[in-house]
Amino acid sequence: MEGSHWPYPNEMDREEQVYADVLILGGGMAGCYAAVAAARKGKKVALVEKGAVIRSGAAGSGFDHWESACTNPCSEVTAEEIAKAYIDEQDGYSNGIAHYIECQEGWHRLLDIESFGGKIRDTEGEFEGADFRDEKTGLMFAYDYQNKFTIRVWGSTFKPALYKELKRLGVEIYERTEATTLLVKKEQGKRRGIGAMGMNARTGKFLIFTAKTTVLAMSRPARIWLFDADQVGLCEFRPTQSIGSGHAMGYRAGVEFTMMEKSVQGEFSAAGRSFPPYSTGNNHNTWYAATMVDARGVEIPYVDRDGKELKTVRERYYPAKGQKFFLKGGVIDNPKYEYRGPETLDFEELMKRGYQLPFYADLSRMPESERRVIWGMMVGEEGKTKIPVLENFTERGFDPEIHRLQSYGTGWQSASFLPQERQLFGAPGGIFHDWNLKTNIDGIYAAGDQLYASDCCGFAAATGYYAGRKAAKASEGFSFEEPDREDIETEKKRLYAPLYVEEGMDWRELNKAISKAMQNYCGGVKNDMLLHQGLELLESYEKDMVPLLSCKNPHELMRTHEVLDILEVCKLILNACLLRKSSSAPLCFERSDHPEIDPEEDRCFITIRQEEGKILSRRVEKDYYGDVKIQYEQYNRDYEEEAAGYEEG
Amino acid sequence: MKKVEFEAKAVSCSVKPLVFDEEKCVGCNACANVCQVDIMIPSEEKGKPPVVLYPGECYYCGSCVMACPVKGAVRLRHPLMNQTKFVEIGE
Repeated sequence: MEGSHWPYPNEMDREEQVYADVLILGGGMAGCYAAVAAARKGKKVALVEKGAVIRSGAAGSGFDHWESACTNPCSEVTAEEIAKAYIDEQDGYSNGIAHYIECQEGWHRLLDIESFGGKIRDTEGEFEGADFRDEKTGLMFAYDYQNKFTIRVWGSTFKPALYKELKRLGVEIYERTEATTLLVKKEQGKRRGIGAMGMNARTGKFLIFTAKTTVLAMSRPARIWLFDADQVGLCEFRPTQSIGSGHAMGYRAGVEFTMMEKSVQGEFSAAGRSFPPYSTGNNHNTWYAATMVDARGVEIPYVDRDGKELKTVRERYYPAKGQKFFLKGGVIDNPKYEYRGPETLDFEELMKRGYQLPFYADLSRMPESERRVIWGMMVGEEGKTKIPVLENFTERGFDPEIHRLQSYGTGWQSASFLPQERQLFGAPGGIFHDWNLKTNIDGIYAAGDQLYASDCCGFAAATGYYAGRKAAKASEGFSFEEPDREDIETEKKRLYAPLYVEEGMDWRELNKAISKAMQNYCGGVKNDMLLHQGLELLESYEKDMVPLLSCKNPHELMRTHEVLDILEVCKLILNACLLRKSSSAPLCFERSDHPEIDPEEDRCFITIRQEEGKILSRRVEKDYYGDVKIQYEQYNRDYEEEAAGYEEG
Repeated sequence: MKKVEFEAKAVSCSVKPLVFDEEKCVGCNACANVCQVDIMIPSEEKGKPPVVLYPGECYYCGSCVMACPVKGAVRLRHPLMNQTKFVEIGE
């Protein structure tokens, strides 16, 4: 490979200081909505984003449905009902605060995006007369057509609309800039966030953000257990650069986390076992409730929660007799009887009855509007499907009226992973917070995937906006605080070090070694010995290998910093695992030295944070946030007027 | 900090996620500017397609194709192993 000229200016000797009332770290859905909320309150807002805001984040290129929009005009459920169902479904290891916010305010955020130019309803009458379409509003629903709280949306229109709105509101956007470290000041023994530092990933310029309040909205960790050095961008579900730098920064600064011991057996890794999400025949999420057939073309039956075979396609979208509503979506895997919706017959039962692999999705057998909404709208709007699936497969000749699309493996995941091939998926751990979405450190707030037990776009948007408005309000009580020069110099030294190493180690080699270590020492079955040895190994990497890391430009430097963050997050995970001395079914946590499952005394959140190099932990009751409806109302009197505006339309 | 000279060297990858049609591409770099993973750099030659420096980091989201002003100037394709099979529905 020929070396060529780096096209951007070299600014590694430059420093820029920015002042903002509210600093938002991360420009995905959560960060953008946080910026909108704070700017609407008249605050000076700075937003830092590693990519380009117009398409960045997991929702950047699109998404096809918005969950838990319980306050939309067609909804037959209340925010309280759905939030409480989620909490119960996850045995209390759920984020009651954030889910209630999502259920209560998600619809408001959809109306916001519509006012910015995003498409949330079938304005052209493309699906007129379809079962899932409300004729009066043009809203289209997914999953439960009876209760209408999940809305099909044209998510590919959302980020460009948000970006335009941020510019209109005068938000200062720092793109191609990685936030690397939080600035924290100790005042009378108490810590307070006073901003952050970062680096431009094209020019190497060093940035200091001085802020009254800060919102962390930097997604969740990835590439912990799964890494492919050749096809890095395919090895996880979320974007290449969404790897949990916000978690690492938070942990280094003393932010408190919970549920970090939870990880699930892999679900998506298209560089390895699985296919790209929603690109194969299946009947989940984007593809719910596609007709599935076996190798002979025999239709696979859908059954309700009582095992009753459903005769029509329509019945797949309605609750069972005597059931108020059912839950489906991002974090719902195999729900409890109370919330279980229609599903194809269990795989083992299918084998017993003689159904033959491979299975296929056969949309030709569905009503025309259902076929068109899956292959066309949903596969098309769902993030990574518009071009590489819908457009490319159509060019290859795929026509859902005359072809069946193959399904792989035995279910929607298109592959079976090994127990040690794990991911932070299905409502994983994250930042612990109060009803203001404030962390344990004053002035630092969190939103979206950085919160514990997070799930989808509606969650990100609703919590983003909420954190933005709370951070805006809190900023009124603080003044700017200049960071210590020493902190700045230490950070610069840390960030630029790999540029001075000649012929050193590539970041990929370290990432691969970390993920192998995590598979070996923090796999499907854990115990104290393994976890301690894992920590020792990672600490040796930190001491001996990190100084060898070498790169040639700011882009590679950013990737190298990401691996340092991955290393930090791995230590957080290993330590969190050590703190739980029993196994847990809802946390997908198995220990060979503590095999008892969910003993009474451990049915709680175990938190973890660092202070002066020591690990501190506490136990918090699962319902620490109180009654979600009552508490929400108490904390959000200042939002009542704004909320009424949305509800009046 | 003491400045270090930056170098741009393409990293090899077993697949080519992006293919440009040099006849159609106007070299506007809209694709490079929208890519959240920043896998491309503008070509040194004006009017030419950008250089895919980091193909392995591609996240296959398709934003580059959506941003391209000329249909067909840039194409995104999943690796061969990820091309789902489909079959014609029999009688």
